[in-house]
Amino acid sequence: MRFDGTKDYVATDDLKVAVNAAVTLRRPLLVKGEPGTGKTVLAYEIAKAMGAPLIEWNVKSTTKAHQGLYEYDAVARLRDGQLGDERVHDISNYIRKGKLWEAFTSPELPVLLIDEIDKADIEFPNDLLQELDRMEFHVYETKETIKAAERPIVIITSNNEKELPDAFLRRCFFHYIKFPDRETMQEIINVHFPDIQGILVKKAMDIFYDVRDVPGLKKKPSTSELLDWLKLLLAEDMPLDVLQSKDPSKAIPPLHGALLKNEQDVMLFERLAFMAKREAR
Amino acid sequence: MFFNFMDELRAAGITASLKEHLVLLEALDKEVIQRSPEEFYFLSRATFVKDEGLLDRFDQVFSKVFKGIETSYGTQEEEIPLDWLKAVAEKYLTEEEMAEVKKLGSWDEIMETLKERLAEQEKRHEGGSKWIGTGGTSPYGNSGYNPEGVRIGGEGGQKKAVKVWDKREFQNLDHTKQLGTRNIKVALRRLRRFAREGSADELDINRTIDGTAKQGWLDIHMRPERHNAVKLLLFLDVGGSMDPFVKLCEELFSAATTEFKNLEFFYFHNCLYEGVWKDNSRRFSERTNTWDILHKYGHDYKLIFVGDASMSPYEITHPGGSVEHFNEEAGVTWLNRMTNTYPATAWLNPVPEKQWGYSQSVKIVKELMNDRMYPLTLEGLSDAMKELTRKHG
Repeated sequence: MRFDGTKDYVATDDLKVAVNAAVTLRRPLLVKGEPGTGKTVLAYEIAKAMGAPLIEWNVKSTTKAHQGLYEYDAVARLRDGQLGDERVHDISNYIRKGKLWEAFTSPELPVLLIDEIDKADIEFPNDLLQELDRMEFHVYETKETIKAAERPIVIITSNNEKELPDAFLRRCFFHYIKFPDRETMQEIINVHFPDIQGILVKKAMDIFYDVRDVPGLKKKPSTSELLDWLKLLLAEDMPLDVLQSKDPSKAIPPLHGALLKNEQDVMLFERLAFMAKREAR
Repeated sequence: MFFNFMDELRAAGITASLKEHLVLLEALDKEVIQRSPEEFYFLSRATFVKDEGLLDRFDQVFSKVFKGIETSYGTQEEEIPLDWLKAVAEKYLTEEEMAEVKKLGSWDEIMETLKERLAEQEKRHEGGSKWIGTGGTSPYGNSGYNPEGVRIGGEGGQKKAVKVWDKREFQNLDHTKQLGTRNIKVALRRLRRFAREGSADELDINRTIDGTAKQGWLDIHMRPERHNAVKLLLFLDVGGSMDPFVKLCEELFSAATTEFKNLEFFYFHNCLYEGVWKDNSRRFSERTNTWDILHKYGHDYKLIFVGDASMSPYEITHPGGSVEHFNEEAGVTWLNRMTNTYPATAWLNPVPEKQWGYSQSVKIVKELMNDRMYPLTLEGLSDAMKELTRKHG
């Protein structure tokens, strides 16, 4: 089983090696990178390429580690006890499987995505150490041990909001998705918009990289924003000369809402346009 | 060679451990990669580096350790074609040198020696007259690369793998910060005191079962979630002599704000007087009366000062000593009021402890704090937390 990117996803060589190492050794792969560089999509594409089912666990600030294993629904059991339901005698009727359990017992080898692990409490990764290392855990209520027959492929993404503990990192492969250079970006665009006009892409990329180079931007636009913007440009059927115009008073790119996600950034651009206009006089 | 690699990594501050080393070997064993230097670089990077800030350092170490070893690594010993060596030698040697070379013996012998030396030589070599390398008088090698293998004439036809890591693309991600916020957070966690307060949104199973058994119908009890109930007052010195410590204080501050829900912070300058402020840009217009703080926040709050306590002694001991305004009461009075109101108090000083003796004001403040002044290091921080959690009778 080797991962070489898919027809919808351009994987750089270093990413391929990291993914293949994680897949072969069945150790979790931790993926970091700027927002919008395709961390989550990577897991989808690996699943697609391997023909494996994807099990997604989206972590939130309130997510607890044990929720990924299982939860015991005591209230439902009490209610059934009241109503004299037969089910009440078997505690396993009230154990709700978590995503890790699902992944461990999946009939096919799955890809487990633990998305944005840094959103959770600082102790969260530590609580999952054993489970991810040995790929097994114990259910106290039913006294059974759930063990993965085959270790699932685990992809973990992080946005760097919290630092992760060393012991956790030691068990993972790590890959930092760096922002794609122009060549890679061109490939990515070709994959997403196969029929797009070459000249439009070139102009759009010029503008895009110019925008990224503007100092002081709060949120630099990333790959996903560029793709959205191109989609918009195509949908609006934007005439090419709008992009081409070198008129300094139009420093704000057309349909900038797709690229600039922050009113301060838009204001920064307006100010730049204003200054450019003044200089032109 | 691998151990050397690991030593170098550790020396560069990348915490490579045996665990990662074994993983790397396992991956090589299972043939995760094709045996090319680039793929080996990618694999070892994914194995050893766990923080994008360290990627650049890794690139440097990799290039240092594996420079010139690219062809001998992972493949069988390269057979160097004889006529190719000959061509190279002819191309790069002058007449005189050729004559000198001939002294060494016939072409075949020379080529034998060259091969031997290639095998013997382990590192890039400069100068000298025996080893192959750059700038030397040895007949072998040229001014280009370490010639361990194909690099002598530059027509080796092999893609220069070193490029990838020598590009050092991750340079601007490198940070030399040793003390990440995680460490600070872990130190601050000593201050956790769990309590159940607030809205009841968690099922209390024991009471629910008890209640249900007693009542005979489903009797659900809820309770508030357990969370950190420690209350904290943070006073931060800003401006002037504190400027060099801004980064450290920012880290402490960001760690503290995420760790504690009941956190109140105020700024002061040099010494605490009758007014403090919450917003630095409006420090002169929006002040909070220190009396109000003393009245508003109860004795159970824990008080932390962060400041270098370096100023003129008069700023503490005398009324009117402040550099910014006329203070009617001396700083010492205010500091005493604070410590009397809040038994759990600590002063964190970013100045290294060794230098405290040189400043009289530090001594005074330390005395006023009853010796509860700690350096703003991880160790000092956890000492301070220990002091704050001590029972204060």
